[in-house]
Amino acid sequence: MSLIRIAWRSIQQRGLASFLTAVSMALGVMMVVAVLSVHGVVAKSFRNNSSLGYNQIVGARGGRLQLTMNTVFYLSKPVANIPYEYYLEFVPEEERRAALSHTLREELHAAQWETLNTAMAIDSQHGAGLAALGSQFAGELLEAQGRQQLDLERGGKFSQFTAFAIPVCLGDYFGPFRVVGTTPDMFDQLRYGPASDQAFEFSAGRNFKRWTPEHGYFEAVVGASVAREMNVGVGDGFSPSHGDPEGDQHGDQFKIVGVLEYSGTPNDRAAFINMEGFYLMDDHAKPIDTGELDEDTAAPPGAAAPDGQHGRPETEPVVQSLPVEQREVSAVLVRTSSDIFGMLMADSINKSNVAQCVQPIREITLLFDEFVGPVQLALLVVTALICVVSGVSILVSIYNSMSDRKHEIAVMRALGASRTTVMTVILLESVLLSMAGGVAGWAGGHALNTLASDQIEQRTGVSINFLSLAPPLENLDLWGMGPIIGLVSPELWLIPALILLAIIVGFLPALSAYQTDVAKSLGS
Amino acid sequence: MLHLEGVKKSYLQANGEFLRILDVPKFEVATGEQMVLVGRSGCGKTTLLHIIAGISRADAGTIRIDQVEVNKLSEAGRDRYRAIKLGYVFQTFNLLPAFSALENVLLGMTFARGKRDTNRARQLLDRVGLSARAGHKPSAMSVGEQQRVAVARALANRPRLLLADEPTANVDPANQQKIIDLIRDTCREEDIALVLVTHAREVADQFDRVDRLEDVNRVVSTPAQEVS
Ligand SMILES: Nc1ncnc2c1ncn2[C@@H]1O[C@H](COP(=O)(O)OP(=O)(O)O)[C@@H](O)[C@H]1O
Ligand SMILES: [Mg+2]
Repeated sequence: MSLIRIAWRSIQQRGLASFLTAVSMALGVMMVVAVLSVHGVVAKSFRNNSSLGYNQIVGARGGRLQLTMNTVFYLSKPVANIPYEYYLEFVPEEERRAALSHTLREELHAAQWETLNTAMAIDSQHGAGLAALGSQFAGELLEAQGRQQLDLERGGKFSQFTAFAIPVCLGDYFGPFRVVGTTPDMFDQLRYGPASDQAFEFSAGRNFKRWTPEHGYFEAVVGASVAREMNVGVGDGFSPSHGDPEGDQHGDQFKIVGVLEYSGTPNDRAAFINMEGFYLMDDHAKPIDTGELDEDTAAPPGAAAPDGQHGRPETEPVVQSLPVEQREVSAVLVRTSSDIFGMLMADSINKSNVAQCVQPIREITLLFDEFVGPVQLALLVVTALICVVSGVSILVSIYNSMSDRKHEIAVMRALGASRTTVMTVILLESVLLSMAGGVAGWAGGHALNTLASDQIEQRTGVSINFLSLAPPLENLDLWGMGPIIGLVSPELWLIPALILLAIIVGFLPALSAYQTDVAKSLGS
Repeated sequence: MLHLEGVKKSYLQANGEFLRILDVPKFEVATGEQMVLVGRSGCGKTTLLHIIAGISRADAGTIRIDQVEVNKLSEAGRDRYRAIKLGYVFQTFNLLPAFSALENVLLGMTFARGKRDTNRARQLLDRVGLSARAGHKPSAMSVGEQQRVAVARALANRPRLLLADEPTANVDPANQQKIIDLIRDTCREEDIALVLVTHAREVADQFDRVDRLEDVNRVVSTPAQEVS
């Protein structure tokens, strides 16, 4: 008969009371486990999402956190925009030139030279061959010079630092969800996950394209949660509303061509539309004094198609949706080719007055540290209180039984048990009760986790199983003990904490056992 | 083997006066001797047994068992001495209800040496005729059976002295003789001295030595009060 056996027998003897006490402890521990798990999932999904696949956000000067919240999480008040041409500083020469071929100034320039060339051609019909050739040469040279002055013939300033740059245009809504105007690179180039190596998958359909004969510039992709909550799928259309979720509709313009798989990223809760289509929506052109040209160039595709005689064109129309000068972007997601380049680039951008460059991970970490530390502390205090309450129920249960048990204790003493032995038996009882409750509660909490794991994985991308422990509370600051407590999962602290608690609450009844007057209690 | 000399005990009453219970100039029991202690209710028999067992402490005097002066031991020392040298059978059996018959017997061993001898426990239960009921809880047994388990428990550690405080007072007459025989026989077999308190004349008459506590005790005017 070990002392543990003796303690266990007393627990069994008071079966129902012991059971209820253990249940109260189990509920307490279950709550603790659930709270810790939820916190762990939140922290983990935060961290998962903080490896974003890009390391810099370039946007309008202003709040760094606001820019980050907008761009990474599609949250917070919308930010100001930066000129589209600033985005072009991140793209290589060829791409930039192509994009700038649809600027107003380029078209103006081209129109001027066309007129001039026509004039010269008429002229050369009359003059001698050589002179005509000479003037043609001179003309071409001048034209090239003119183009240079228009700043069209170079690569983006930061393009050699840039692995990829993805523009995003924010500010519109699809129901309660943010609409993100962007390029197909969003899903072609960007990767997510802790190692930034997971590609976004489509549960239905495909990525949107820059232009298709079928939908023109008006293709869209929606996140998994958007598809479910808005009840839309591939083939459905929607119209972003402007400014806020209740804002005015733009008309049913965009066709959904793809639905994203759950990724646990904010992309689950956003709709993505082709930026070219975005610029074609009303209100999206930046007001500029170009009167009639605006009318021409903003003509819908198809109508401006070069071979528009048989309805839909097979190739992208030459005329772009909106001239570059009238375009703006909310932010550019940039992955620099190296961290050093990233720093150089950020410095250079931040010195300019046009834009700012923030490191989203730094902003997220700062934010996390700032509000998660106190939250962790509050959680810990609350869960500790829950356990203390359960502990008190153990105290009450054992203490209530003590008057009945004085006699038993006296008998044990008469059989030769020492004061410390009977005290130990009572303490062991308390420890056993709290451990039994603790184990049951732990299992219960993890069973709940397991039951909820599908939902959790869908909503956060964090996968948990029965045995996964809540991650350490790293941001805790508890009288300088944070780093020690943060070493291991808080669930592992439960064991020593429960034992300590059991000893503390068991102490009073144990003391009463210790002090039992044997001669007196034997008689009763 | 048991020597008491000048043992005194009084209790402080609620009114602040001392109630004298015991003043025993001399009381001795030889090794293996079997004797009966009689006396009217409330005269201090149980108190005396408690003092011998080291459960209560005498105010004065010496209590010696096999050269060990019990009254001079520390409390822990008395606990150990009680566990190893003594067996105690109570009027109300005092089996622990949470434990089976076998476990009740093993309990005493646990406290005495920290290890148990299941074989001896089973032998003892066999000796008291309860080997078939080793796994039963006290609540499932008759009073006679319970007291037999208590006897087995008292003998578990091969004590030198068995104290039995009215062991048959709560037992039906049919079982009374059985239990007395059991106690006397096993004490004889294992050379254990026996001090047995009883009110039953037919029990006392079987013993060679019967001491009246009133004769041993110089305190005569203890109030007649019903105390178990
Ligand atoms: N703890 C105590 N405090 C005060 N009086 C006590 C105490 N224990 C016993 N007594 C008194 O001592 C006397 C002897 O009691 P006890 O030894 O139990 O008598 P017996 O066993 O002979 O019937 C009784 O009068 C009882 O009331
Ligand atoms: Mg008595």
